[in-house]
Amino acid sequence: MNILVCIKQVPETTDVRINPETNTLVRDGVQSIVNPFDMYAIEEGIRIREKHGGKVTVITMGPPQAENALREAVSLGCDEAVLLTDRAFAGADTWATSYALSMAIRKIKDFDIIICGKQAIDGDTAQVGPGISTFLDIPQITYVKKIEDIKPGFIRVERLTEEGFTAIESSLPVLLTVVKEINEPRLPSLKGKMKAKSLQIAKWTAVDIGANPEKIGLPGSPTIVNRIFTPPKKAGGRIMKGDAVQIVTELVGELREKHIV
Amino acid sequence: MPLMVNEKCIGCKLCEKACPFDAIHVVEKLAVVDLDKCTLCGACVPACKFDALKIDVKRRGAANKDDFKGVWVFAEQKKGKVQSVAFELLGAGRKLADVRKSELCAVLLGKDVTGETARLFHKGADKVYVVDRPELENFLDEPYAKILDKLVKKYKPEILLAGASTIGRALIPRVAILSNTGLTADCTGLDIDPATGNLLQTRPAFGGNIMATILTDLHRPQMATVRHKVMKELAPDTSRTGQVIDVTDIDAADLSSRTKIANIVDELEKTVNLTEADVIVSGGRGLRAPENFKMLEELALVVGGAVGASRAAVDSGWMPYSHQVGQTGKTVCPKVYIACGISGAIQHLVGMQSSDVIIAINKDPDAPIFSVANYGIVGDVFEVVPQLTTKLKEVLKK
Ligand SMILES: Cc1cc2nc3c(=O)[nH]c(=O)nc-3n(C[C@H](O)[C@H](O)[C@H](O)COP(=O)(O)OP(=O)(O)OC[C@H]3O[C@@H](n4cnc5c(N)ncnc54)[C@H](O)[C@@H]3O)c2cc1C
Ligand SMILES: Cc1cc2nc3c(=O)[nH]c(=O)nc-3n(C[C@H](O)[C@H](O)[C@H](O)COP(=O)(O)OP(=O)(O)OC[C@H]3O[C@@H](n4cnc5c(N)ncnc54)[C@H](O)[C@@H]3O)c2cc1C
Repeated sequence: MNILVCIKQVPETTDVRINPETNTLVRDGVQSIVNPFDMYAIEEGIRIREKHGGKVTVITMGPPQAENALREAVSLGCDEAVLLTDRAFAGADTWATSYALSMAIRKIKDFDIIICGKQAIDGDTAQVGPGISTFLDIPQITYVKKIEDIKPGFIRVERLTEEGFTAIESSLPVLLTVVKEINEPRLPSLKGKMKAKSLQIAKWTAVDIGANPEKIGLPGSPTIVNRIFTPPKKAGGRIMKGDAVQIVTELVGELREKHIV
Repeated sequence: MPLMVNEKCIGCKLCEKACPFDAIHVVEKLAVVDLDKCTLCGACVPACKFDALKIDVKRRGAANKDDFKGVWVFAEQKKGKVQSVAFELLGAGRKLADVRKSELCAVLLGKDVTGETARLFHKGADKVYVVDRPELENFLDEPYAKILDKLVKKYKPEILLAGASTIGRALIPRVAILSNTGLTADCTGLDIDPATGNLLQTRPAFGGNIMATILTDLHRPQMATVRHKVMKELAPDTSRTGQVIDVTDIDAADLSSRTKIANIVDELEKTVNLTEADVIVSGGRGLRAPENFKMLEELALVVGGAVGASRAAVDSGWMPYSHQVGQTGKTVCPKVYIACGISGAIQHLVGMQSSDVIIAINKDPDAPIFSVANYGIVGDVFEVVPQLTTKLKEVLKK
């Protein structure tokens, strides 16, 4: 089994606070980490290899420092790493991001299963995984919470739904997006850490993957961010303290009056 | 260089503060862009009061926009029943269609679903496209996407909306790529820009800490998935009818799928589906032990609600993961959210803060949960919750 895991480097905290005086965002000294959902993707990729053999290649598109995210993935047990980095990729929306990643995957060529996280904690769209599978014209299964069986050319998984889950079978190659429930990610091993230090990471530009310059980065993006603002604050609530019986009577009275219950 | 700073810059730092990626810094009274960090997201451009920043990139345009008309709603169905999120979208879509002076259409894919069209008309649709085939009984990514794309290419709607559900968020990204257009995820606000007629798609990002308005300005249709429980359904008008268009030119290739459903398991039969519930009673570490969730179940039963949990409660094994609310759990938007013994960490808040009314019960007066609560009760959950259950039972009986 050849596994490809797509990971994204994101800010460590999405807790971008608001400075009340200037009404602007404050995010001092924020570190970059591997998108938390992608840790489950990495772990699942490694588990499949441990059971079925093959190799795990981790891939990211991002600025040069995204190389750190790849090295972290290698320290956990991934075999190879590819960094897509080029100024021409900047400003990509999910359409252009999926296109670029799919072109890189075409160049890698040999793969049975592509694994993505459920969503990235910054952009939060959950659209890149399905985008990649559509560009590659392969099937997809999103929100995978368990892999039940893998055989040559065949996979059976459980997909999380609002009501429970659905067991789904697919031919290979396939793209999966995985949720937190799927596994418990391991910690890096000493051997992995050594490998992460020394591994030569392939760095590909837009030209290297044969991407059409009109379809990448900002020029290739059908969506643009028009405005960013901080969410309106909830109007100051009412704090109630004292005797429980009295508070509850008062609360229920008000809820009834306002037809909330 | 695509993001350019011109001579009008006075070094006021507004752009520095607006940048979500820490990519602009004012050095010697001039904004300097860190190209390694800049993602060209464009947040700085409107933030500048001096017109000093320009993103100078020619973007690929595709569609002849005037050819595209009408607002479409994907009428998600399960077991032959149209889901409530589709009715909410008809409510939102009605307004958009009226502003654009165009028609509102629903698209319904499934098996034996034609009976559902009446309800779609009652809730605002002018027209319903129906693809009724046995192969479409349950959602499958590939045939649903191919058929929706085919309809989009044939009938050219200006706007396509779908629920940001498990189905919507798997299906619409596929359709957007096939139809060569943009998609905005998980919107909580939709409006028409009076100047351009473009759809203003507003959505939370960065775990709900910021809001962004997204445009699909050069492509059509403008596609968006929309969060459940945010848009309002119209009151049903049973006198309304409309045109049913039975789509029949569907071939075997459109229906083919490389994935196949082996089994559908509903786990939530005994409780209410969390994302559908009008009232959610959630518990956190403050409940101390799994058996104490019984107390919350009793309260939930009285108000016809569901039980949720913080991650701390889930990680302690007190509740299954399917009940977790928050960044790594479910995003919920009920009419009433009752947080019991939950501190209100940001990762929890992002999953529930858009609830209509929030009631928090916590013994710590400084707990951050109180900052989002409409009613904050400082007290012991073991005292307040049973009291609340008794009192509500009393008044709701009458
Ligand atoms: C505030 C804001 C709002 C935005 N809203 C939209 C929008 O509504 N629509 C839109 O099209 N774009 C939007 N974008 C742009 C979007 O965030 C970027 O295209 C981003 O690169 C990918 O989207 P995501 O972060 O949502 O990833 P997701 O689609 O949530 O990521 C899912 C998975 O895909 C993989 N993946 C994602 N990015 C990469 C990568 N660079 N390299 C390797 N694997 C990756 C990972 O496995 C990840 O877990 C927005 C950007 C901002 C700043
Ligand atoms: C990447 C990431 C993702 C995360 N995702 C989520 C998520 O999806 N959902 C989530 O919930 N968390 C999430 N978390 C965890 C989050 O940061 C908090 O740790 C968690 O929400 C805390 O749960 P809690 O409020 O139940 O527990 P605590 O923070 O321990 O709070 C317990 C509260 O109960 C109160 N209390 C105690 N006894 C009583 C009593 N007798 N009566 C009344 N009040 C009492 C205390 O005053 C306290 O405020 C995430 C964290 C990370 C880093």
